[in-house]
Amino acid sequence: GKAVVGLASRKHQRTSGPVEVTVRDALNQAMDEELERDERVFLMGEEVAQYDGAYKVSRGLWKKYGDKRIIDTPISEMGFAGIAVGAAMAGLRPICEFMTFNFSMQAIDQVINSAAKTYYMSAGLQPVPIVFRGPNGASAGVAAQHSQCFAAWYAHCPGLKVVSPWNSEDAKGLLKSAIRDDNPVVFLENELMYGVPFEMSEDSQSKDFTIPIGKAKIERQGNHVTLVSHSRFVGHCLDAAAVLAKEGIECEVINLRTIRPMDVESIETSVMKTNHLVTVEGGWPQFGVGAEICARVMEGSAFNFLDAPVTRVTGVDIPMPYAKILEDHSLPQVKDIIFSVKKTLNV
Amino acid sequence: MKTMLTVISNALCRITGKNVGAQTVPEGARVAVTRNFADFTPQVTFDIKKCDLHRLEAGPPVKAELTREQGLQYYRTMQMVRRVELKADQLYKQKIIRGFCHLYDGQEACAAGIEAAISPSDHLITAYRAHGYTYTRGVSIRQILAELTGRKGGVAKGKGGSMHMYAPHFYGGNGIVGAQVPLGAGIALACQYRGNNQVCVTLYGDGAANQGQLFETFNMAALWKLPCVFICENNKYGMGTAVERAAASTDYYKRGDFIPGLRVDGMDVLSVREATRFAADHCRAGKGPIVMELQTYRYHGHSMSDPGVSYRTREEIQEVRSKSDPISLLRERMLSNNMASAEEFKEMDVEIRKEVDDAAQFATSDPEPPLEDLCNHVFSNNPPLDVRGTHPWSKLKSVS
Repeated sequence: GKAVVGLASRKHQRTSGPVEVTVRDALNQAMDEELERDERVFLMGEEVAQYDGAYKVSRGLWKKYGDKRIIDTPISEMGFAGIAVGAAMAGLRPICEFMTFNFSMQAIDQVINSAAKTYYMSAGLQPVPIVFRGPNGASAGVAAQHSQCFAAWYAHCPGLKVVSPWNSEDAKGLLKSAIRDDNPVVFLENELMYGVPFEMSEDSQSKDFTIPIGKAKIERQGNHVTLVSHSRFVGHCLDAAAVLAKEGIECEVINLRTIRPMDVESIETSVMKTNHLVTVEGGWPQFGVGAEICARVMEGSAFNFLDAPVTRVTGVDIPMPYAKILEDHSLPQVKDIIFSVKKTLNV
Repeated sequence: MKTMLTVISNALCRITGKNVGAQTVPEGARVAVTRNFADFTPQVTFDIKKCDLHRLEAGPPVKAELTREQGLQYYRTMQMVRRVELKADQLYKQKIIRGFCHLYDGQEACAAGIEAAISPSDHLITAYRAHGYTYTRGVSIRQILAELTGRKGGVAKGKGGSMHMYAPHFYGGNGIVGAQVPLGAGIALACQYRGNNQVCVTLYGDGAANQGQLFETFNMAALWKLPCVFICENNKYGMGTAVERAAASTDYYKRGDFIPGLRVDGMDVLSVREATRFAADHCRAGKGPIVMELQTYRYHGHSMSDPGVSYRTREEIQEVRSKSDPISLLRERMLSNNMASAEEFKEMDVEIRKEVDDAAQFATSDPEPPLEDLCNHVFSNNPPLDVRGTHPWSKLKSVS
């Protein structure tokens, strides 16, 4: 659905036809439906229960499901992430919330060594059906320690699935899939997107609505250049595409939806049509999502269709500063995307 | 022969109180049957050491009952673990086992005593010195040795190795020091969630006792009253560092602070059994977690790459062997109370050695896993996916 800029979020009743739902409410609905559907599903994390969630994503769930299913934890990331993984090993289906993914660094050993690798190490004896979710990447004015994007770090590791939704439909459909998946899924949300309302189709309001993990979505068709992005920057790409369209440049915008396993095929198919590729992400450039896309395109069938090298638009390679002017210039802006497209097209 | 084995096994199960049918006689096993059954003392009550207590009014009993059958079973279990570990030592020196190999010989009473006190439906997780527990939790020695030698007949098809063996209600085998402790509390949470009256025994060493994540786990386990028995196997050395050099307090049974604790003689299988039973009962009664410290000793160094004599003396090792060996302790108890004959033990030893030799034979002759298996088991319950090989033209396949 299209982003509706500037509208405040509203509480929505489920009626027939498309409705407007904020990303926050979409995530809430996904968890609510999956908690109802499967009694093994439970949510744990800091402030998820009585506080209704640090960012109100789990609002109302504790009231509905109680202490057993919605668990407030002490500030002990390594401990509670390990407890969540152990519960998953014993057959429950935990959703482990990190208040932000910055704090997941304290628990990263449990995510990688205890969760991601175990099915392989046990040659299939021990699955770990767990979802790690929370806001990822830059917020607004929260400075360096609270602004890191972890997409590349987690997507580096076999045994994990890494998902990065953009809009409400993505958020709901992908979170439901993640919860139903029998494998460890890292679900990267974005705090700045929580309050943004999107139109959600009637289909997407069904309790059985899921979006497959591992499949990208073409948000906008175009012939001149392919823009590939994930999370919040998909919106920036669409904004850039709207501006460029006025100058006769038609962008094809791909919303990755899943970082790992990456839908390289969708990218290649598009590049074989447009001959130009620009990647857009909020994370740092070195060893990042864009870097991986470049490598994959070079190694695959689409390389011979490129009329120019792939361009990466990324966050600036620095810790995130605090002052607004500096922060604004640390992340890709729409004008950076427009500039990069034109450079890539040599216009 | 198989039917008779099942009958005897079931009889043993009834005597030991374990679930009939829940245990199967391992392949190739033979139960020692004596000629003059009526001559032996069927049951003796032994005095065991009183445990040091922390935040507990009363501790485990100071007397333990042992039937002849139980004694023979515990002996068999411990001797089997001992011989498997010595065989692993041998195979490692022959370079047939590679990488990490952390041996358990000396600590057998811990694994045997714990298993005697819990049921197969309880859960257990430990760190990397795990071969003993892998056996007591039901994996055959063939599958253990073949995993060590990296063959397809190994319990993890050769993909895990020494530190990553799993079985129902046994969660490994964990390589990262201390990481298994929160996992164990999570398993206990699942028991509580399901209301099934099961407990999770979560083991760690004196080295891991200083990990921060343990204290996070203690806090949550106590807060939520998780049915978790935390057991510290204190073998006095964390790799090459003696406990006095690593811990401001070596009273590991007190390190749970607000969690009650007990310190137990880990070289006496009966002490371990009684203490574990006491601890499990505590958890099952809904009183929350409990910490047990087992004072034990490892004869080998930390791993096969550690001779184990640079930080301790050979005299110390020899002293423990001669005065506190868990297998000898049990045998002497039974012999001096006429619960079994020396010949019986000898016969069992011979049988066990043969079993271990056969298993080693399998472990050295079984083929390595096929290359087609390289990328499998990345994801569970997933359609097949492509995996990049070492170069772009190497497109490998992964199935669940």
